[in-house]
Formats: sequence, C-alpha cells, structure tokens
Amino acid sequence: MTALMSLTNVSKNFGGLAVITDVSFDVPAGARMALIGPNGAGKTTIFNLISGVYQPSAGEIRLEGQEISAIPSRERIGLGIARSFQNIRLMPHLSVLENVMLGQQARAGNLGNMLSPLRRSRWRREAEELLEQMGLDTYPGEVVATLPYGIRKKIEVVRALVAKPKLLMLDEPAAGLNNTETANLKDFLMQIAATGVTLLVVEHDMSLVRSLCDHAVVLNFGEKIYDGPTAEVQKDPDVLEAYLGTRHAGKETTDVA
Amino acid sequence: MSGYWAGILTILAINIIFAYGIFLPVATGQLNLGGAGFQAIGAYGAAFLSASFGLPVPVTIGVGMAIAGITGFVIAFPLLRTRGVYLVLATFAFAEVVGGLILNSDTFGGAMGLSVPAFIDWHVPVTAAVVVTLFVFYLMSTRFGLTMRAAHDDEVVTDLMGVNVRSIQVAAFAIGGALAGLAGGLYAHSFNFVEIQSFNALVSIYVLLYVLLGGTQTAWGPLAGATFFTMLPEALRTVLPALKSGIYSLAGVEGAVPAPDDSWRFVILGALTIAMMVFRPEGLITRTMIERFGFHRSRAGKGAPA
Repeated sequence: MTALMSLTNVSKNFGGLAVITDVSFDVPAGARMALIGPNGAGKTTIFNLISGVYQPSAGEIRLEGQEISAIPSRERIGLGIARSFQNIRLMPHLSVLENVMLGQQARAGNLGNMLSPLRRSRWRREAEELLEQMGLDTYPGEVVATLPYGIRKKIEVVRALVAKPKLLMLDEPAAGLNNTETANLKDFLMQIAATGVTLLVVEHDMSLVRSLCDHAVVLNFGEKIYDGPTAEVQKDPDVLEAYLGTRHAGKETTDVA
Repeated sequence: MSGYWAGILTILAINIIFAYGIFLPVATGQLNLGGAGFQAIGAYGAAFLSASFGLPVPVTIGVGMAIAGITGFVIAFPLLRTRGVYLVLATFAFAEVVGGLILNSDTFGGAMGLSVPAFIDWHVPVTAAVVVTLFVFYLMSTRFGLTMRAAHDDEVVTDLMGVNVRSIQVAAFAIGGALAGLAGGLYAHSFNFVEIQSFNALVSIYVLLYVLLGGTQTAWGPLAGATFFTMLPEALRTVLPALKSGIYSLAGVEGAVPAPDDSWRFVILGALTIAMMVFRPEGLITRTMIERFGFHRSRAGKGAPA
C-alpha cells in the first residue's frame, strides 16, 4: 500500500510550548486509521497541521508525495483533504442543504458557479441526493441550529464528504453520541470507507476504534508512542503506561480507556 | 399623487437602497458604520457633475456610484484587517474623513453645500429601489451569497471549505459602497441640494440600525427594517396627537390640546428599537421565520411527510 498522507519529523511549538515533537507516520491509501491518545496529546493539533489551520514548526507534510505545508489552507480541500471538527462547526444560520452545498465550494468555486443561483442547480441536486443516500433527507431546508446533536454530527461528515476528498479526517465523530447512535455512525463511516475514501479518525471510544479502524497511531504528550494494527494497540506497554500510569503497565489489562 | 406621498416614497426608496448597501458587508460579518461617507461620495459626485458640467442624470448618478464603489474597494483592504468594534470605529472614521474633506473643500461648496440643477421625480428612486432589491435577492440566492453568509457564521471553517473569505468580504464591501453611493446620487437629484451636514454620523447609525433590526440573515431584513423605520415616524405623526388628546380627555383636561412636541416621535422610535433588541435579537426577519413559511409550502406540495 502506498502512503496517501505522510508526516515526516513534524513538530509544532506555540512559543516555548512543544505541542507536537518529531512525529512521523504514514496514512496508507484506503486505510481506516485511528489517531488516539490521552487528552492534550496533540491529536487535534495534527488535524490542524494537516488541514493548514497551523503551520508546522519543523518537518514535512506530504499528500501523495507533494509537500503541502506552503499551500494555503483554503486550497487543501481541493487537493483532497476534508475534515470535521471536535465541536460541531456547521454554519448555524444556514440550512442543512446549504451547509452541504458549502462543502462543494472546492469543486464549484469558479466565477460562473459563484454567480448562478443555487436553486434548481446541479449542485443543489447533488447535495440533496447525497443527503438522501446518507439517510439525512428529512429536513434539508431546516436551519441546522435547531437540529439534534447526532444529526448535526452526521451532517458535518456529509459536508466534508461532498468535497469528494481522498482523505477524510474526523475529529471525535462519536463524542456525545449514545450506543445506538455510535453503532449507526460506525455503519455510516464503513459505508463511506467502502467508496474508497481514506479515513483518519480521532476518537476516544475504543470500541468504535476497534470495530472501525484497521490501523492506529497513538500520541502522548505530542510524541508518537505506537503505530500499528488496532488489534495490538491495547497490549502495547507504552500505550498502557500512557493511559494508566507506570504502576499498572506491567499487569495484564485488557480493557483500556 | 400628493407631494407628501411622493416625498415619503422617495425617502423610502433611497433608504432601502442605502440599507442594502450596508447589508452586504454586514451579511459577511463586517459591521459598516461608515454609510454616510459612501452616501456623501455618491451624492457629491452626482451633484458636482450635474452642477459643473451639466451631465445627464444617469451619468452623474452612475459616476457617483462608481466612485463610491471604487472607494469601498480600495479602503476595504486596510479596513477589513480590523475586526469587531475596531472595524466599526474604522468605518466610522472613514465617514468622518469624507465629511471633513468635503466641508473644507471650495470645489464642493464647503459648508454652503451644492445645488443640483437636474431634478428627478419620485418614480426614478422607486424604480432604482426595485431593481436593487431584485439584484440583492438574486445575489443572495447564488453561491456567492451562500459564501457571504457562511463567512458571517465562521470564517475559519469557511476558509477550510475552500472559500477565499477575504475576496468575498472585499467584494461585498465594495458593492455595498456602490449601492450606498447610488442612494446618495438619487438623494442629490431628488432634493436638488446637498450639504454635508445631512450626511452626518446619525445617518450612518440609523442605516445600520435598519439592517441590524430588520435582520441580517436574508435579503428581506433590510427591506423590512428600512420600511418599518422610515414609515414609523410618519405613522406616529398622526397617531401621537390623537393619543395625546385621548390622554387629556381621560384626565379631564378641558379645551383645545396643543400638538405634542415632534421629539416624542423619536422617543417612541428609541423605545421600539430597544424592544426589538429584546424580543427579536436576530432581527425582525430571520432565516428560521422564512424557513417556516417555505417549509409548510414545500411539505404541502409533496403531500406526504418524508
């Protein structure tokens, strides 16, 4: 498998605070990869570095071999990197459909598209079809601020998906969802992965990570401590130590986090 | 049509165009408190061309509008680097600079003002207001309008979606400046006289109020806000004396009742403004409100619940 996205010796400092230190890992094309670690480990910072919200202090970030650190954040979605956010960041005053149509911007941003009405456009039809396909077609015209949390979480994924990304980065997609909603979300994400989209998922729900992801990278205090199959992650002594402390690391513990 | 109603319609049309000029930047999240500056540029541009060169009205208004738009485009680059209250102050300062320059310029008549020879009838500003309203509704229905509203809600995410937020904001600011300039040019030719005192800070504040209280989420907002606040003082003009004599007769005061002072109209306007902010903080017309109407319609059309 070739690497779709690769980070090489990436570091990020905020002033004197080292948030990410010398992290390298590859995201293979077609993978369903988890990025996990205790709170404050730097997972969201990695997302912000890849999507261009932050610039790395050192190191290289490559998409299909191309260094992207110098590319403005707004152009990265066009290269195939789309993401969701830890706290839902849909546009509260836009409708479900309009939020999804905003996700098409990277494909529809030329002057002709910008100045033609969206009503009855092929963009609107595409957004409606995608919502229907994902089972979210109940209230396309509803303003998102009024919708339930679980629905908004999914709409954010659809908004990222409509950009037709190669790499879809999801920041805690299951946070705040109950068991049914999480199971539902897992099927939803498997359905997306089946279309060939590579997933990079930050998640604390280990049962979702185990059932969804084939590969995991574990961060602790901004450093990579594990990079391998998800099945092995909970047996790794460094990971156990990071989550449970040194005292417990020697014992046989099967249920971490 | 009586002169009174022709005058009201003219003012209403000009205020609607002016309100749309301020609405466009506000819809992208940029408060513009420099409305009077843009209006003054449009008004003086038209007045000067008409008085000095006797150019036809479409040319004078068009050029005034273009100058206001170009000014908006040029100052947008430094101005839109500031945010929040600093942007409000910066746009306010811009209007003060424009006012100061005109006041101290002999070419533009200084404090004496300029008289404008060519007169336009009420139907010209009204036609212009209809065209501008349709234009803004169209603009808001395009992807450009969508990105404007998205930038208003969350600039960072809008950028990550692939939108060049800055160009959207600069474009909205410049088009808004041109519309405010158009309102100024129409004003100059409708009233045949411009003086810089009529483009003061209060004008900027009122037009921003029309937009904020009318609602910034849809193109209906400024239309409702400008209409409401232009018509309200006129409605109060007849209601207030009746109210006062009613109160007097209840209190048992005999004889003729003197008309209430004119400033009471503005007291009531102020009280209503506060009430609006309390009860409709997102403006008179909101997205949700429009959606409720549209939703019921489309549901009825489909026949069956989804």
